[in-house]
Amino acid sequence: MSAENTTAMSRAAILGNIRSGLNRSQDDSQRQQAVSNRLAAKADNLIPARAQLPFAEQVELFKAMIHEALAELIELDSLDQVPQACADWLSSQGIKQLISASDSELSTLDWNPLEQQQILRTERVAQAGDIASLTSSFAGIAETGTVMLHSGPQSPTTLNFLPDNHLVILRRSTIVGVYEEAWKKTREKYGNTMPRTVNMITGPSRSADIEQKLQMGAHGPKNLVILMIND
Amino acid sequence: MPNTPSGPRVGLFVTCLADMFRPSVAFATVKLLEQAGCSVEVPERQTCCGQPAFNSGDRKTTADIARQTIDAFDGYEYVVGPSGSCIGMLHYYPEVFDPADSYYQRALDLKSRSFEITSFLFDVIGADVLQDQLKQLQFNHKVTYHDSCSGLRQMGIKQQPRQLLQQVQGIELEEMEEAETCCGFGGTFCVKYPEISNRMVSNKTDYISNTGAHTLLGGDLGCLLNMAGKLKREGKQVEARHVVEILAGMTDIPAIGEADYDLAQQL
Amino acid sequence: MEINTPFFKQRAHDALKDENLQKALGNLKAGFPEKRAIAVERMPEFEELRNQGRDLKNHILEHLDLYLEQFESKVIENGGQVHWARTSEDANRIILDLCKQVDAKTVTKGKSMVTEEIGLNDFLEANGVQPVETDLGEYILQLRGDHPSHIIAPAIHLNLEDVSETFHKHHNRPKSDDPAVLMQEAREVLRDKFVAADVGITGANFCVAETGSTIIVTNEGNGDLTQTLPKTHIVVTSIEKVVPTLEDMTLFLRLLARSATGQEFTVYNTLSTGSRREGDQDGPENFHVVLVDNGRSEMVGSEFQDMLRCIRCSACMNHCPVYGAVGGHSYGWVYPGPMGSVLTPQMIGIEKGGMLPNASTFCGKCESVCPVKIPLPKLMRHWREDEFQKHLQPKAARYGLAGWAFLAKRPTLYKPYTRMASWFMKRLAGKKGRIKKLPLAGGWTDWRDMPAPQGTTFMQAWKEQQKAGEQP
Repeated sequence: MSAENTTAMSRAAILGNIRSGLNRSQDDSQRQQAVSNRLAAKADNLIPARAQLPFAEQVELFKAMIHEALAELIELDSLDQVPQACADWLSSQGIKQLISASDSELSTLDWNPLEQQQILRTERVAQAGDIASLTSSFAGIAETGTVMLHSGPQSPTTLNFLPDNHLVILRRSTIVGVYEEAWKKTREKYGNTMPRTVNMITGPSRSADIEQKLQMGAHGPKNLVILMIND
Repeated sequence: MPNTPSGPRVGLFVTCLADMFRPSVAFATVKLLEQAGCSVEVPERQTCCGQPAFNSGDRKTTADIARQTIDAFDGYEYVVGPSGSCIGMLHYYPEVFDPADSYYQRALDLKSRSFEITSFLFDVIGADVLQDQLKQLQFNHKVTYHDSCSGLRQMGIKQQPRQLLQQVQGIELEEMEEAETCCGFGGTFCVKYPEISNRMVSNKTDYISNTGAHTLLGGDLGCLLNMAGKLKREGKQVEARHVVEILAGMTDIPAIGEADYDLAQQL
Repeated sequence: MEINTPFFKQRAHDALKDENLQKALGNLKAGFPEKRAIAVERMPEFEELRNQGRDLKNHILEHLDLYLEQFESKVIENGGQVHWARTSEDANRIILDLCKQVDAKTVTKGKSMVTEEIGLNDFLEANGVQPVETDLGEYILQLRGDHPSHIIAPAIHLNLEDVSETFHKHHNRPKSDDPAVLMQEAREVLRDKFVAADVGITGANFCVAETGSTIIVTNEGNGDLTQTLPKTHIVVTSIEKVVPTLEDMTLFLRLLARSATGQEFTVYNTLSTGSRREGDQDGPENFHVVLVDNGRSEMVGSEFQDMLRCIRCSACMNHCPVYGAVGGHSYGWVYPGPMGSVLTPQMIGIEKGGMLPNASTFCGKCESVCPVKIPLPKLMRHWREDEFQKHLQPKAARYGLAGWAFLAKRPTLYKPYTRMASWFMKRLAGKKGRIKKLPLAGGWTDWRDMPAPQGTTFMQAWKEQQKAGEQP
């Protein structure tokens, strides 16, 4: 039997089993209505009180939570300071390379500070062996100190995972309290079609698979550096 | 005997383990209920709560026994017993009847009237009702308390026995590690999977002896027989008693699995 | 995967005697329950989140067919494909076909219990496609020819020394007993595999009907490399994973990490929606979702429907005293612990899986920590009812129960019998107050003493006391 046939027959059998299990009556309009209502409403479920705070306190919570998640925070007054901050951080680690996303926010900066430290900045997707990457981000989520990143032609996903060190620019003004606010902002920007990849990242990569003891830097970045622009 | 009771009429659910292994636990329960002003009766037609059948998947026998128990305890304002597990089984009775069965409503009714003894004294009668009696008791030992699973998680029994115990003079309660973890009894589990059960009870006796307690207390004889049996086999010098024995001041009777005591001779 | 569930008792026996395993299992408590307790403490709304999680899952299951259809249409709309697999064999064949379509030599894999369930690795290997597990724990197991003993901490049955030896043997590097060095080794070795793979296979923690997205939740980042680098991304998941909206998914994410590892949030929560978009420089060109049934659709509307609420957090096994004593391999198949004791009989049959729902004291700890409040003891009891009806329990147990039931239903016979038993056991104990060896109760007295009864029953003593009271 062909794969198409297998899957079509399986589909019919699975949905049939579910329907007979549910004792679905002839008139299914009520169930259908319930489903469309829920999908349309996109209603919030319970939102914990923790992050329902005035904005300034949400920012403080965000900072506390990224600290707990073992991410590093560098606060900057403006986007213009990003190149210098990158240069300083990379030099302190002895890193001579920065693979960068290519969104206009990044491309238009003055990258002289990197050159002065002989750090080579390249705009491309990440490759195995890359040491450090720089990307923008879509939002910060105070609740757990999470940054949300969307994929796109200028912001390839591999930058978030392959290099050993990931530097992320986060505008203070994009910090929200809870995940739900980030979803609403995502829908506002993209409408009905989600970005191909949405990453919610909370600290650097880790594993406790050996004797339940936490080790940092499993397969993703060993360091997550958040460059927060106090805009 | 106290004065003529003015309080509720209570049917004692003896539980089969208290009946067969430790009648003094049932007598202590009667004593506490009478001290709390209840009039206590012991319905003749009771046997076991039916849990062995229920947990072995035998729904028909469970329903038969449930009917027998429901009939036996008809008309009592409350049904009280010295076990969270057995009273918990009474609370499962509605599950074994079809809602159309006439016993279904009666099972719900029994559920609403039946209580484990410490929960009955503390939650129904009131925390301070026994304070005069308890104040006069002396138990100058360190104790530790095992929370039996059904009592704790099904019936919500945690603070009640502890609050009552604290009113006894001289008693010192030292909580053990993992007080809320199963001792490995589990009814037929301990004979179906003896090695696993043994590991669980061995963990338990370690936690118990780590507290340095003189006496292990609990609210369920199944667990207590299991833990006492293991403590004895390991040669650990910890006594085991049902909590009502302390509360009723009946500590002159040897602890569980301790030296000779013959109730038949006392009668 | 080979089914060893009927040998649970023997495997448990071996496990209890295995000192290395017992040492490894000792890491469980500090690894999971203690961290979960702290996380729950920090989230005052946790109980209400659990209630909502339970209710939402129930809503989903009542509308499962419709949410699945919605999910399917959104995946297609975003350039992906959905494949339905009724059985493990169907799923394996579909996945192999997809691998062959891109002439795949190697596939990388993120952690997925569904692929364990369907036995995907063996099937792919037998058909010339090399699967490479990339989760650190799974990778260690694959090198050892071993299988997970836990659904989120697959190698929890191993100690550092085991990993150290395994890596030394396979990596051609000096032996190290530093976990950081070992992890770095795995990182370096697997880097090349990630890049070389033709296909990446992951599971999904949830499938979002609103958007057609699948989400994976990992701490290592291996799942992301698995699904981003190869040409083809195949999501192998099961039908009960669908949720209506992003908001609904969020409810479960709040429950999942806290219940599983006690983390506030898992490091990487990644949503994948369809295939690579126009202009994208990376991401898979082909995006496939394989929806596996394998008996689940038959649970809908049955007494086991509640089990389909499971979000695979592992809290039940982390808190289970039986799991903690014997470890996951004793259970003899893919899913261990309380959730496995309910699910396994459904998937391999009660005839083979009956040991598991019996291996519980019904202590209820699993249910008390379940993020979606699955009544696990009750579901295990339902399996026992099934066994009872089919006369599958051992003869001795059935006759014992029948004899006891005969008496328990006849109070007038029950009373003299219990009185006699009490008297007899009392005599057997002599003056010691306990019995060292009791006939027919070796399961008890092999390991512990049997405290002696007090010599007669309460019912008898009460009757005599009442009589004495009436005639002073």
